Amino acid sequence: MAAVKTSFKIRGVEFANRVFVASGTFGYGDEMPSLVDVNRLGGIMTKSLSWKPRDGNPPRRIAETTSGMLNSIGLANIGVHAFIANKLPALRRTSTKIIANIAASSIQEYCDVLSLLEQQEGIAGYEINISCPNVKEGGLNFGTDPKMTAAIASSLRKLTDRPLIIKLTPNVTHISEFARAVESEGADAVSVINTLIGMAIDVKTRKPKLSTVTGGLSGPAIKPIALAKVYEVAKAVKIPIFGIGGIADVEDAIEFLLAGATAVQVGTMNFVDPAASTKIVNGMERYAIDQHMIDVQQLVGALEADIKFSVLQSWL
Amino acid sequence: MSNETKPQQQWCVVENCTEIAEKIFRLSFKFPQLAAAVQPGQFVNIRVSETEEPLLRRPFSVSRVEGDLIEIMLQIVGSGTRILSEKKSGELLDVLGPLGQPFHLQAEFDTALIVAGGLGVAPFPLLTAALMKIGKHVETFAGFRSAQQECTEHLENIHLATDDGSRGFHGTVVKLIEDYLEKKSTAKYKVFACGPTKMLMALTELGKRKSICCELSLEGQMACGVGICQGCPVELIDEEKKYALVCKDGPTFLSTEINLREAN
Repeated sequence: MAAVKTSFKIRGVEFANRVFVASGTFGYGDEMPSLVDVNRLGGIMTKSLSWKPRDGNPPRRIAETTSGMLNSIGLANIGVHAFIANKLPALRRTSTKIIANIAASSIQEYCDVLSLLEQQEGIAGYEINISCPNVKEGGLNFGTDPKMTAAIASSLRKLTDRPLIIKLTPNVTHISEFARAVESEGADAVSVINTLIGMAIDVKTRKPKLSTVTGGLSGPAIKPIALAKVYEVAKAVKIPIFGIGGIADVEDAIEFLLAGATAVQVGTMNFVDPAASTKIVNGMERYAIDQHMIDVQQLVGALEADIKFSVLQSWL
Repeated sequence: MSNETKPQQQWCVVENCTEIAEKIFRLSFKFPQLAAAVQPGQFVNIRVSETEEPLLRRPFSVSRVEGDLIEIMLQIVGSGTRILSEKKSGELLDVLGPLGQPFHLQAEFDTALIVAGGLGVAPFPLLTAALMKIGKHVETFAGFRSAQQECTEHLENIHLATDDGSRGFHGTVVKLIEDYLEKKSTAKYKVFACGPTKMLMALTELGKRKSICCELSLEGQMACGVGICQGCPVELIDEEKKYALVCKDGPTFLSTEINLREAN
């Protein structure tokens, strides 16, 4: 079998392959060892870490929808200090790359969390959650304001030489505007997309199915939207894109690469099939070999499309 | 955490699926490692369909173990349970388990009072067998909407209640056990309960009033079943930590450690 290059680099950090697990769908990386070989992954995006622990929202927090799920977890997490003390030592022993996902309600908090992690070994980079739809303060407000988005990227860039990835929300008119803003502030990559705001109602009780009424929609239901957002962002920026949104199998993952993503993150499917991400790692390599490639990079943005007919053109 | 058995994911061959009461099925499948490791109160998370609809796994209490076979009980309430109810012998099921914390059997009691509401009977055949093995006396209080939903196989000393009076005591299972406890007895009781939240709340009150330890098995809306999605919180009375997770910290909880709410 011919060898194919699966690895790629961001800001000098080499990742073994292009399949990652999305923040909030894989815990802190230590919960799944009996179900999935984490060392086979390109990297793990940790559950969002805030300065102090967060309890999260009251039940109900999740609701199943057609080929998808709504969640309103509210960034429940153990806080960055407990992460460093209790989770990181075990994670350092894995060979996969750990990307710390950070959530905060002020620029200062983002900076504090990142600065603390900056002193720790075993963190390959940061993914900044500016787009959680489920917390009242901060969160989505940051992610829907291009100036705030740029300010966060700019502040954090000054604090670290590790890869800085900004996770963007699709709940805006032109996501590419936000990608451009963080690119110009020195971000190394963007993650596209976080969940879409959604809602479900129980018609018997006439109550919303989530305690917070609306929540974030994920799963295969959102894949076509995510793909179009990746395509839009890929046209607008040169930095790498982590494609996220309803990826269930290797074909889904390759669609994202073709649309312009450098790597992908598997999210909701980790709940359905803990081995989904490692199956995609295998499948992507096999696909590249079958296509006689020498490097998976050849797939990135390799969409064959007649650009004249793309409706995106009017936006860009 | 008393349970240290790591969950496994496996394709399991369906042995049998039979309707045992109105819209209630008993489904058995082969999973030797689970059969050897599972403890009463633990559950499995089953992928209903290989397609993306319905998307999420469905959690079920392990109801019985016989040799290599695992038995669950399910009630048709939506598309997922309908698909499961139509599984035929020889088909394959993607099963994740054992999950969650088991019931605690070693507490100081001599008589177990099992209280089940509707399909809340599911975990109790396995619990009953384990209790009898360690020499505990078992009394079972089972309530159903009507006689059509009755499914009380492999339970001991059954006291039956139905909402419509079509069989057994006409009323709630809580009233039934209250009446039972009126009788003078020197027995040391522990309640094990599973069923609707309202029933569990009433038992929590009863436990407080009579100073009887109640261990409850909860249901929760969950996706992963292993503590990652954080979808199934239950409010704790302890002020230090606001929520526990039904899937990982439960589904069994002492009534004195949680704050049940109707919306759960």
